[in-house]
Amino acid sequence: MNATCFHCSEPLGKSALVARIGDRDESVCCAGCRAVAELIAGAGLEQYYEMRSERPARPPISGLEADAWTAYARSEIADALVVGQGDLDTVTLGVEGLRCSACAWLIDKVLSQLEGVVSATTNAATGRVHVEWQRSVLTLADVMRAIARAGYRPFPPGDSRVLDQQQSERRVGLRHLAVSGFGMMQVMMFAVAVYSAQLQGDAIEPRLLEFFRMVSMLVAAPVMFYAGLPIFSGALRSLSRRTVGMDVPVALALVLAFGASVYNVFDGNTGEVYFDSVTMFIFFVTLGRYIQMSVRNRTTSITDALAKQMPSVAHRIQENSCVDVAVAALAVDDLVLVRRGEVLPADGELLEAVAQLDESLLSGESAAVRRGRGETLSGGSLNLGDPIRIKVTAIAQASVLAHVVTLLEKAQAQRPRISAAADKASTHFLSAVLIAATLTAAIWAWLDPSRAFPATLAVLVVACPCAFAIAMPAAVSAAIAHLARLGVLVTNPNALEKLAEIDHAIFDKTGTLTRGELQMQRCIVAEGVDELQCRQIAASLEASSEHPIARALADLTPIAPVSNVRTVVGAGIEGELAQRRYRIGTPEFAAEMHNGFVRTLADPQAGSTVVVLSDEHRVLAQFELQDQLRDGAPETISALRESGIASEILSGDRQSVVDILGERCGISQRLARQSPEQKLARLQSLQQQGHRVLMLGDGINDAPVLAAADVSIAMGRGTALAHASADMILMTEDLAAVPAALQLSQRMRRIVRQNLFWSAAYNFGSLPLAALGFIPPWLAAVGMSASSVLVVLNATRLLPRRSNAAQVQIRATDIPSIIATSRAATAGLAS
Amino acid sequence: MSILFVLVPLSLALVALGIWGFFWAVDSGQFDDMESPAWEILHEPHDSEPHSD
Repeated sequence: MNATCFHCSEPLGKSALVARIGDRDESVCCAGCRAVAELIAGAGLEQYYEMRSERPARPPISGLEADAWTAYARSEIADALVVGQGDLDTVTLGVEGLRCSACAWLIDKVLSQLEGVVSATTNAATGRVHVEWQRSVLTLADVMRAIARAGYRPFPPGDSRVLDQQQSERRVGLRHLAVSGFGMMQVMMFAVAVYSAQLQGDAIEPRLLEFFRMVSMLVAAPVMFYAGLPIFSGALRSLSRRTVGMDVPVALALVLAFGASVYNVFDGNTGEVYFDSVTMFIFFVTLGRYIQMSVRNRTTSITDALAKQMPSVAHRIQENSCVDVAVAALAVDDLVLVRRGEVLPADGELLEAVAQLDESLLSGESAAVRRGRGETLSGGSLNLGDPIRIKVTAIAQASVLAHVVTLLEKAQAQRPRISAAADKASTHFLSAVLIAATLTAAIWAWLDPSRAFPATLAVLVVACPCAFAIAMPAAVSAAIAHLARLGVLVTNPNALEKLAEIDHAIFDKTGTLTRGELQMQRCIVAEGVDELQCRQIAASLEASSEHPIARALADLTPIAPVSNVRTVVGAGIEGELAQRRYRIGTPEFAAEMHNGFVRTLADPQAGSTVVVLSDEHRVLAQFELQDQLRDGAPETISALRESGIASEILSGDRQSVVDILGERCGISQRLARQSPEQKLARLQSLQQQGHRVLMLGDGINDAPVLAAADVSIAMGRGTALAHASADMILMTEDLAAVPAALQLSQRMRRIVRQNLFWSAAYNFGSLPLAALGFIPPWLAAVGMSASSVLVVLNATRLLPRRSNAAQVQIRATDIPSIIATSRAATAGLAS
Repeated sequence: MSILFVLVPLSLALVALGIWGFFWAVDSGQFDDMESPAWEILHEPHDSEPHSD
């Protein structure tokens, strides 16, 4: 059979699990995938597998336990989220793991099939699912459980203000576009009628002419005062700040043109009417703004990222019982129980003797960390061992995680605006334009007053730097679309320009250069021992553990239930299987069982984690686990080197492991045992030396460096906070996309320069012509529109090419999914 | 040609209707997610049921 999991497309490894899909068996990689695949098949939704374009996230196993969602059945927690009206309850939840539109379809279908659900709508672009159900039949917990069973994790959405604001911006923009677009087309239609008479030299019937002029005025009025409103308010705003923004000459031209036209309509039939120019002008300016806005609104919400990392329910210990409460209701000094496999809801002091935690959320290393009584544990850590009690020391805003997030938000807010310099230049230019317009009016008024007005108008219109303003956003939009095809999701469009200037790259190790999972490298068995049996014994013993080592070993079907399981923190697991006692863990731990000598069967390979299985008599097997290097990593490093970019590794892991990895990739500059502060310091020293640095990482510990780097890329399966603080997300996790993205950014820079040059040439070149009266206002408007269109067309050269017809067939259906992927993860969903 | 005095206002009325329809579509959220509906049409040849609104 094929060697990847049927559901999530991960390599099967040694998994022998199968899922029953319809009338056939398909291989799957883990129990979570099996459960979800069988659910999908059981509900008759196998179409999902044909439709989807992205591999789904691996279903979180903890989401499949019924326990995880019962807390939401309690009314105080549910009430905060649910809106009820009569028997109908409504909720809007965030959903993690949405990869493409097929996922949204799947969630909708699964929910609709649930008895009692009235409607379910999932928006792949924002990552929200809106569900309505009958209160008498279902609870919020049932709804969330259903979503989890489909393989996606629902969470109460964080502050949605930013998303709401973006949505209303988009809607308003569309309305303005509609009014100005329709108005423009209508007025042009009337204008053509009038001009065609003039071109033929015929006199148009006076009544008809007056009629057309009045109707044009009527149609242009809403365009002017509704769609044109942002221009006027922008002009007033910039004037109140004593600067001359781009809106000022535009607003001036519009007011003059419209005012003069209205006057001429009522002043008999003499005099020119400029309604066609006015509406066309407003339409193209509105279009340019809309493009700029949609490019700008691709940033990720950090509050969403935080909402996803933390649990929303905690087990508070009150008197002698354990009560489920909302995390928001926790207070300092509360006692909280954290079960095996659960995430700590807040910072707390450990009350047990010892605890085993996965602090990868904060440190990036998934090796289990041992903490002792009295130590402060961080909220967001995962409890790997037995249940522990903690005394809350810091909640929500004061926790370590929230602190990191605050740092990130500050860093993001301070991201340098490239337009700062451009703004200054445009202010000078526009002031010059206004002066030129005034001069034109004055000189013409003296020479030949009848031509003063058209000439002044033409000067104002022609000088509008609309094409100049669209030059950058158009190219950026095209580049973003192309990058989406390469598997790179761009969340900060400003970073694209900086990508072209990179000369130094920093790589995180675990999860970035490597896959981030331990895999079995080598298995050595003692004489007379069956390897497969050893593996199965190991899998049985490790089956209940959440430890990263267990995940590497537990992929075989356990042969028999294990009894008397005892976990020793930091050492291993002991258990009884088929009347024999076994131990699996560190060589020392395993050796205690048989004769006290520390024994391994062979010298372990450098950089491996060694796990030994032994019974009461001797060592049975030795497993060596390693974190695998990603495919194509060495090639990527050498491609970067050829482009003149030096690479280095900064990792929190041990030096020996980092050295081995560095040699395999060809990176000589390596620093190990780096804390997040040290990584940041290294980055800043490089920047002070004048380097432009690219950072690639995936964990929360990388987040401050990702935010501070000139350009940063987060891995697709990294943490949500890494996504929120990075400029781009590598959805396919294929490192070869990095050199490709670099080349694309250089092309984009070239095209932006071409665009800026041509639009500037148009503005400066036509200004004297307009001042001299050679350009009537309608031609000025057409010329301005044409230059905008030219700029956009030039930018489309950045779009991905389809080289031959056969590929076109595939690509046509790819495009919606690629755009959907880029939109679906806009809110930082993939994790 | 005097028919134009009737036709033009009529066409403007139609345009106004069109704009009203567009506004309604924007406000009811139909332009919020432009990709998923296109996807659904491409890949559901056997399913003629309307999706949940």
